[in-house]
Amino acid sequence: MRMLIKNGFVIDPFSEINGKVDILIEKGKIKRISNGIKKDKDTDVINAEGLVVSPGFIDMHVHLREPGYENKETIDSGSLAAAHGGFTSIACMPNTSPVNDNRSVTEYIIARSREVGLVNIYPIAAISKNLEGVDLTEMADIVEGGAVGFSDDGMCVMSADLIRKALEYSKMCRVPIIEHPEDHSISGDGQVNESFISYKYGLKAILNASEEVIVARDIILQERIKSQLHLTHISTAGSVDLIRNAKKKKTKVTADATPHHLLLNEELITSFNTVYKVKPPLRTEKDRKALIKGLQDGTIDCIASDHAPHTRDEKDKEFESAPFGIVGMESSFSVIYDKLVKSKIIDLKRLIELFSSNPAKILHLKDRGMLKIGFPADITILNLNHPFTIDPDQFYSKANNCPFKGWKGQGVIEYTIVDGNVVYRREK
Amino acid sequence: MKRSTFLQDHLLGIEHLSVNDIELILETAESFVEISTRDIKKVPALKGKTVVNLFFEDSTRTRSSFEIAAKRLSADLINFNAPSSSLTKGESLKDTVLTLEAMNPHIIVLRHPSSGAAKYLTTFARSSIVNAGDGFHEHPTQALLDALTIKQKFKTLRGLKISIVGDILHSRVARSNILLHQKLGNKISLIGPPSLVPVEFEEMGTKIYYDIREGIKGSDIVMMLRVQKERGARNYFPSIREYRKFFEINRDIFSYAKNSAILMHPGPLNRDVEIETSLADSDKSVILQQVTNGIAVRMAVLYLLKGEIDEDVD
Repeated sequence: MRMLIKNGFVIDPFSEINGKVDILIEKGKIKRISNGIKKDKDTDVINAEGLVVSPGFIDMHVHLREPGYENKETIDSGSLAAAHGGFTSIACMPNTSPVNDNRSVTEYIIARSREVGLVNIYPIAAISKNLEGVDLTEMADIVEGGAVGFSDDGMCVMSADLIRKALEYSKMCRVPIIEHPEDHSISGDGQVNESFISYKYGLKAILNASEEVIVARDIILQERIKSQLHLTHISTAGSVDLIRNAKKKKTKVTADATPHHLLLNEELITSFNTVYKVKPPLRTEKDRKALIKGLQDGTIDCIASDHAPHTRDEKDKEFESAPFGIVGMESSFSVIYDKLVKSKIIDLKRLIELFSSNPAKILHLKDRGMLKIGFPADITILNLNHPFTIDPDQFYSKANNCPFKGWKGQGVIEYTIVDGNVVYRREK
Repeated sequence: MKRSTFLQDHLLGIEHLSVNDIELILETAESFVEISTRDIKKVPALKGKTVVNLFFEDSTRTRSSFEIAAKRLSADLINFNAPSSSLTKGESLKDTVLTLEAMNPHIIVLRHPSSGAAKYLTTFARSSIVNAGDGFHEHPTQALLDALTIKQKFKTLRGLKISIVGDILHSRVARSNILLHQKLGNKISLIGPPSLVPVEFEEMGTKIYYDIREGIKGSDIVMMLRVQKERGARNYFPSIREYRKFFEINRDIFSYAKNSAILMHPGPLNRDVEIETSLADSDKSVILQQVTNGIAVRMAVLYLLKGEIDEDVD
């Protein structure tokens, strides 16, 4: 069986395709990319006239909650949410129960993802056993089992010695160390960004510096160790500066930012609405603008949602008792396209790079994130003119803790294609 | 009585009140002050209404004050004391409130350790919510009773200089007072160690001093805050001894304020920690008058939220 995507405007920053061409898919792989490909009787045709054809999107920071917290999300519901959001590949964080700190949990997640069979799921395993920040996990064995990176995520490694060892040891595995930069001795039981607003509203606060001291520490270690360091969901102007300077010095460091940190600021928490409670916290408008600048000048390499599902009851609480987290996979593209591309802050090619080829490069997903003959046909087709209204109650995710509820704009996912199979198609 | 001009369904904080609202509450309170001096301290203004005191923190004075206020208005009052531990185990705040609401109260008075808790209740509750202190956020009836006390002393609420001394960072009393006096256009100075008086408070129109003498110079009102001894353990200041040395108010330091100045404290006092005992008991102190005024202000708030418009309170 073959599939032909006809008359679409194809953009692939990596393969430098930027124009109207057809793509022929055979046995799940890209067979031809050229003009005027003819269909035969065994070929399904997607008429992509007026649509944009992109390499499949990749979200390199999501929480699927399985195993252990299936009340929040499962590999089934998370896969559906990914497909709905245009993501053909996602990388999931290890803070499950049990923690993904060994090869069996990594293999379990991969086996479950194949059983579900919708999108590619790449586990990110823990740096330290049980996320305790004390002993390294068996990194090489876990990578053999299929993990694509290591992170203690929310339990940022506090010991500078341990992060040094992790950076050194992981060099032989050729995978990134992904840091959620947060010095817990500073952030403590903080709830929101530390600023005039946190003081006025009496909410315990998280200082910018709690992120920046870890960004600085890790960059200094990385300068010497020359491993691979990725800083996830950076949120402050100071972090952007530190990373920009490190890149100028050719230090091997990459970074991502989330749609919520790129589009929202701390003023929203004056409502005490727990949907805005997230780590790192929504920061000031000045920080937000610095992130946008970082996105424009290449300091920030990709956009990741930090999709963090929680049940409705868990979020329906007084502010301090609610968990941190925002779901993002199903709103990510639409809000970023509408707010950043339509208003010409970044161009469409840059958006596609941020959503596909860059995360593929960071995670060394060698045949994903680009459109190339012989590569798996992971393709996301976009309809840039179709209107959207974000309705979290219609999400495929089990959770609805999405701060973009009610946002309207233009730009939706039309098709999500993984290994040549249509896993999501917008209902007409 | 200008009952109809009070349009709020709840009292969540000073932030949401207009100057008119504040003046109306204080005028209403003034008319209630007299009731507490009568032999029979009761009027029927809230007869048949039910008030629930829902307290998730230990509090004797605020809880009793609301209780007496409700009873002097002839409301039925029940006390529901939930230990703070029930926050983490057992029933959620929402379920607790939904359960209480199934008994059809008219007003819920909430004291809760989480900032924004009173506001959260309004997202689902049917009763009028009165914030009796939420986290470090607001304690509006305290600021209102302080204002009533100030008004009685100075016959005005304008053109005054107020100094607030101590742990501003963790004080909902300070926040509500800052908001109230900012709305009235009064000068506010905040005094304490930098770790407890973040510079961001200047954006609320205050001036910050680390020297108590300099800060209270020319003040009409000196408001001392209770020092939470456990803050010392978390290095907000090195020791109670050092705190006392630099921030305790005594007769000598108080003389830097105006001659006519008054000394306030929301209680409970730490005698000889933030306030020298002889000054606390002197005629400069209006601390007990604050407690008395608490009843009248809380009567006014309960009455304005749920009293009958044509009720005769005289």
